[in-house]
Amino acid sequence: MTAATIVGVLAAAGTYLVLQRGLVRMALGFVLLGHAANVLLVVSGGIHRRGVPIEGETVGRAADPLPQAFTLTAIVIGFGMTAFLLALAVRAQRDLGDDDLEGKS
Amino acid sequence: MSWLLVLPIALPLAATAATIVARGRRRAQRLVSVGCALVVLAGAVALVWATRDGEVLATGMGGWPARFRITLVADPFTALMLTVSALMVTVCALFAAAREEDEEPYLHPLVQVLFAGACGAYLTADIFDLFVFIEVALIASYVLLTLGGSLRRLRAGAVYVATNLLASTAFLAGVALLYGTAGTVNFAELAGRARTSGEVAVAGTFILAALAVKGGLVPVHGWLPRSYPAASPAVTALFSGLLTKMGVYAMFRVYCTVFQGETTLRTPLLLVASLTMLLGVLGAVGRERMRDILSFHMVSQVGYLVMALGISGIAGLSAGIFFMLQYIVVKTSLFLCSGAIETFEGTGALSELGAVARRRPVLAVAFGVSAFSLAGVPPLSGFFAKLALLQAAFGADDYAVAGVAVGVSFLTLFSMVKIWNGVFWGDPPAERQRTTAAPTRGRAAAVVAPAVALAAVGAAVGLGAELLWTLSAQAAALLVDPAAYIEAVLR
Repeated sequence: MTAATIVGVLAAAGTYLVLQRGLVRMALGFVLLGHAANVLLVVSGGIHRRGVPIEGETVGRAADPLPQAFTLTAIVIGFGMTAFLLALAVRAQRDLGDDDLEGKS
Repeated sequence: MSWLLVLPIALPLAATAATIVARGRRRAQRLVSVGCALVVLAGAVALVWATRDGEVLATGMGGWPARFRITLVADPFTALMLTVSALMVTVCALFAAAREEDEEPYLHPLVQVLFAGACGAYLTADIFDLFVFIEVALIASYVLLTLGGSLRRLRAGAVYVATNLLASTAFLAGVALLYGTAGTVNFAELAGRARTSGEVAVAGTFILAALAVKGGLVPVHGWLPRSYPAASPAVTALFSGLLTKMGVYAMFRVYCTVFQGETTLRTPLLLVASLTMLLGVLGAVGRERMRDILSFHMVSQVGYLVMALGISGIAGLSAGIFFMLQYIVVKTSLFLCSGAIETFEGTGALSELGAVARRRPVLAVAFGVSAFSLAGVPPLSGFFAKLALLQAAFGADDYAVAGVAVGVSFLTLFSMVKIWNGVFWGDPPAERQRTTAAPTRGRAAAVVAPAVALAAVGAAVGLGAELLWTLSAQAAALLVDPAAYIEAVLR
């Protein structure tokens, strides 16, 4: 329930920001949307389905490693995307004096 | 054989590093870039040969157990897509070099990253890696699109990046839902799971919807004709050959494995396919620049591919795979033709062009062959693709969508004739000032050659359709009955 609420709030806030015109707001919106997806990934795990992936040892309790690996990868990709969007915003700011690309001709 | 599976990913990445080191030395960059694409092309052809009887090659990374490792796998579908992609990269890199677009020192490195991402997406055996490789290709494409940084490109870039990031986030959420419901992201383990579990079906539909954005299907196609024509000609041609097709390939893969034999999505897919075919071709009618028109046709043609996916079965999927392979060649050839014209005439607007056929007869023939192939005129490759598709549609009693497909073919022909009349025939417009100096003979030949070569490949595919058809049918058989695929991946 907690996770569902977090995902919902993050996705709602992210969607609001992505719909704004400024590139910086859009970038922040994608950061939040990315977080929503990452939280969803983390909670999608479950060790009961496949057992512990360590061969030849008995482990009592363990976390499901796959979603963690997924999330780490997704965070890195999200980082790259954010950097690119911000670079785009800087470029627009320098050329137009504003990060809203559709604003002026 | 396993190195053949690693080669199409590792070599472009190595070439990326090499071309970055060699920036500023254009000859070296060109040599590495084209050489890498050629070696991968040879490797891909070897893979086609190795999988021609329906064998599936797989290799696991890092020695982990089958269910935890990253697996690369090549079935006939993968091998064919790799071959066509490598061919497109070779030709587009040569075209970029001929146009001197590689003045930009990072053009070749970015092309190689895009190439590596596309190859990875074709080779991977699980959905999360599919996401990663698609992102690798997309990141390169974001930068390629905005290279140069004119206002038009920045605007197009913002639309393109926003749409694709949104789709990627949705895709990632879909992967999370899929893992949460099915407990795996491996294609082999996911085979047919949507049949037994409604939750998995919902997660799979979510992923398909995200991929539909990347493929440019109606009603989520608006970004494609707004952004593609803004890139430089060589980059547009490369995108047309590699990017949207990657989304469609992923749709084929996900739908055929996860939804194996489950037909709930059949009607929505056929509906979306019909709308995509129709709205894409109608959108092209009002356009005035060659690459704008061609971009709308790209939307329209993706509709044919999804139609094949909706029909499914061996007949539908063979037609779809054959269609996709020949279409990539034909469409890239058309974009290269329009890029060549823009190089010579300094514009792609129909109203400012005319009588190009008199000055560039070879280019006119290349364009004509590819345009008629796109419209589906026999004996060119597009005709056989559409014939097979219509036969599959009639075989499955989908008369409505078949009717739409035929109607759209006529409209496509109309559009191509419009370009032909505007650009190649008529009188040369008198008042326009030449913005570019007339290229030397050698350079002109280098600019025209890639388009001509691809048009020739397209025509050869039409005349020798039997060979490609056999391979496509083999690929489709494995999608319909993935027993060999599953066995190879989980071994």
